[in-house]
Amino acid sequence: MPKDGGIGASSKRREDVRFLTGAGNYTDDINIHGQAHVAFLRSDIAHGTINSVDTSAAQGMPGVVKIFTGADFEAVGGMPCGWQVTDKHGQPMQEPRHPILAHGKVRHVGEPIAAVVADTLEQARDAAEAIVLDIDELPAVVDMKAAVANNDVKVHDDLTSNLCYDWGFVEENKAATDEAFEKAAHVTTLELVNNRLVANPMEPRVAVGDYARGTDESTLYTTSQNPHVIRLLMGAFVLGIPEHKLRVVAPDVGGGFGTKIFHYQEEAFCTFAAKACNRAVKWTSSRSEAFMSDAHGRDHVTKIELALDGDNNFTAVRTETYANMGAYLSTFAPSIPTWLHGTLMAGNYKTPLIYVNVKAVFTNTVPVDAYRGAGRPEATFQLERVIDKAARELGVDPVELRRQNFITEFPYATPVAVEYDTGDYHATMDKVLELSDRDGFAARRAESEAKGKLRGFGINCFIEACGIAPSNLVGQLGARAGLYESATVRVNATGGLVVMTGSHSHGQGHETAFPQVIADMIGIDESMIEVVHGDTANTPMGMGTYGSRSIAVGGSAMVRATEKIIAKAKKIASHLLEASESDIELKDGAFSVAGTDKSVAWGDVTLAAYVPHNYPLEDIEPGLEETAFYDPSNFTYPAGAYTCEVEVDPATGEVTIERFASADDFGNVVNPMIVEGQVHGGIAQGIGQALLENCSYDENGQLLSASYMDYAMPRADNLPAMDHYVVDHSCQTPCTHNPLGVKGCGEAGAIGSPPTVINAIIDALQSGGHKVDHLDMPATPARVWAAMNT
Amino acid sequence: MTKIEMTVNGRAASGEVEGRTLLSSFLRDELKLTGTHVGCDTSQCGACVVHVDGEAVKACTMLAVEAAGSEVTTVEGMANADGSLSVIQQAFQDHHGLQCGFCTPGMVMSAAALLKENPKPSEAEVRDYLEGNICRCTGYHNIVKAIMAASGQEVAPVAAE
Repeated sequence: MPKDGGIGASSKRREDVRFLTGAGNYTDDINIHGQAHVAFLRSDIAHGTINSVDTSAAQGMPGVVKIFTGADFEAVGGMPCGWQVTDKHGQPMQEPRHPILAHGKVRHVGEPIAAVVADTLEQARDAAEAIVLDIDELPAVVDMKAAVANNDVKVHDDLTSNLCYDWGFVEENKAATDEAFEKAAHVTTLELVNNRLVANPMEPRVAVGDYARGTDESTLYTTSQNPHVIRLLMGAFVLGIPEHKLRVVAPDVGGGFGTKIFHYQEEAFCTFAAKACNRAVKWTSSRSEAFMSDAHGRDHVTKIELALDGDNNFTAVRTETYANMGAYLSTFAPSIPTWLHGTLMAGNYKTPLIYVNVKAVFTNTVPVDAYRGAGRPEATFQLERVIDKAARELGVDPVELRRQNFITEFPYATPVAVEYDTGDYHATMDKVLELSDRDGFAARRAESEAKGKLRGFGINCFIEACGIAPSNLVGQLGARAGLYESATVRVNATGGLVVMTGSHSHGQGHETAFPQVIADMIGIDESMIEVVHGDTANTPMGMGTYGSRSIAVGGSAMVRATEKIIAKAKKIASHLLEASESDIELKDGAFSVAGTDKSVAWGDVTLAAYVPHNYPLEDIEPGLEETAFYDPSNFTYPAGAYTCEVEVDPATGEVTIERFASADDFGNVVNPMIVEGQVHGGIAQGIGQALLENCSYDENGQLLSASYMDYAMPRADNLPAMDHYVVDHSCQTPCTHNPLGVKGCGEAGAIGSPPTVINAIIDALQSGGHKVDHLDMPATPARVWAAMNT
Repeated sequence: MTKIEMTVNGRAASGEVEGRTLLSSFLRDELKLTGTHVGCDTSQCGACVVHVDGEAVKACTMLAVEAAGSEVTTVEGMANADGSLSVIQQAFQDHHGLQCGFCTPGMVMSAAALLKENPKPSEAEVRDYLEGNICRCTGYHNIVKAIMAASGQEVAPVAAE
């Protein structure tokens, strides 16, 4: 039976009402009296030496307030990188300076060179066009292997090479892994590309800087997934503003998908310029600017090898990956191909030996950082593609080859430094095979063939590490931040609650889901609980939302704070009921004395806390407000199995998704409706990566896909029809180390679906007699047709 | 600058605009109707869809002066007279047809235009009609469901429980 409320109920989202009526408050909706607007002049070449930036013609143009160039920012810090990776020789990564406005050189198309602040946006744009740039164009380096092999063109002259780091993991396993390959009965090798993507939240980034001269306080309104992180990075490392003089507000944010985690130049600029101009300064990204300034995602080139013994047991995995960093290190860029990728190379399998090599490379392209899944889709794609290829080479069922190698006992310590606390991979496999009606596939293939189409069935398993993570562990791995989360629970006198969380919702539905948890804990209606997030002025220091961490880490902090509330409320209740505290029980919103009919309502206790006339003042303070910081002891490990059936038109190479099924294990689920929505969205992005999306550069570093005319976003008719599409989360092995037993669901779809789709396409092509082992994404009609016809 | 007048959500509205001012800018900046969103520069994403004289129009692609004298409806004008959600808006909430909410105003306006011209669309017709509306969050599944439900057609329950 569906629940009416609390954990497990599909409570309707309360935030929807404002979004559906145009009453949302997105950053671009914020206008401050007297604000000026900024237009950035961005580089239209990928690599060049700046000889001069002549602003003289622009200076006197109508409405111009002030024009800034790179020279204006020499006194402030560069954009900080939040994670330092140590290479296989124990040396720190190469870390170039990342200026707010380009100085000396430009290093990618879209890099801001100058900024015009003017009364209106149109005036700012007009004046920006009047700035005369003298830039000597240099050869650009775009291809990662060329960037490493050839030191003639360096993105950063002051670095020794274009190699950011050469990382080996686990270096101590390398010799044993190599030996396992020498002894292997079979080795399957695959070279592949994980295509560069652009996250493309529908709301472009916006920054509004404001400055109060009277109090010397700066405020930044920004489209961020983590306002406290921006406050810390920008305040401490860029502009030198202490936290108590800097407020960062991320109001309603229109999607993030990773690209709104990072601290961007435009945020620092608007904050800086507001003080310099003594008026608010606003920037709203155009979509074209977004394509050339939002951090991109993925962009790995990988060779993976899988070793098997004579019984088809996996004995070793060895990979070499080139990971594009772009021209500068975005906030968390170095961690993505390493700690969020290498650590996942065990997948769902008990492979005893794994060695991962990652070469992170600077190129004359937009910086690359986390995008939904962040490292884990790249790990899954390689592993699941090479397993599929191995099954074909060995002539065994790809399902059985996976099952044979599944990890079945938990906790399980992988050879790549993580410990899976719980899981049941056979259960999700069983479920997805049932949902996908694999037994009926042969008949459906025959029907497709009768129409002249090829039909393929793809299977894929995946594991992810979410809810990042223990601060002490990530500190050892190079993180320059903690990764706890916080919550303050404020109970008001009449019994209503406000949860102030450091977590942030940009579509995930915190305002609905978080109250469901507290409603269950106290036994009150969800409508008595309100969630506040997104403003450093009224929420405790938190690390924000990414890596599917909101409910697992932020939710846990809220549980801990609520437990403190309940503990104090019980003390008050025991006083009011004149009973021993140990006899007090909380149920259905009332405190009662065990074994008696004496009880006091939740609202009477909360009122007593704030009107403490009859109150144990000698023992406890008045008021009912508690804060908790929760630092998890491990990652969480959601896992799942996905299937896909495609039809391929041999005449055109067009691929259509005919059926899709997912079986995810997210542990306990707070709001099934929201969870399924997250999976739908993740799968759409994964299908987009597999079939449509590609961020493309030419050899000169020109960005060829800088609008929705050129970058193929998934549309409604690219996705599977409702009758043949099911997302399931009924297999639940609760997380063993957080209080809710939750694992996180935000990224699963984007991780699990790309290899599922490609495996299905390969199966379809093979069924038509085409000896195609692999297709790089996106599997566009042109690419598929070429694979069939060469 | 040109003075223009139009009816927006049933009320008279006027303002001074430049020739290059887009209808989306006029609605957002002059009339402070910030429900109409701008998500791209190329008339692709549909976050800015409004109705002009009953037709669905991308407000980022129409000059404000072109809309002078017209009846314009934005998402702010879509609720029932008593302020409750309209059938389409309610269906979006009931079927979780939105997440971050940014594309939502355009989706609601496009859905209303579709159901006006095709009151019982098939699933394929809904998907085809949404060709000009991009959503990055939902994967469209629940948007399609919401529109089908708003048209009075049977759809699967909101979540497998």
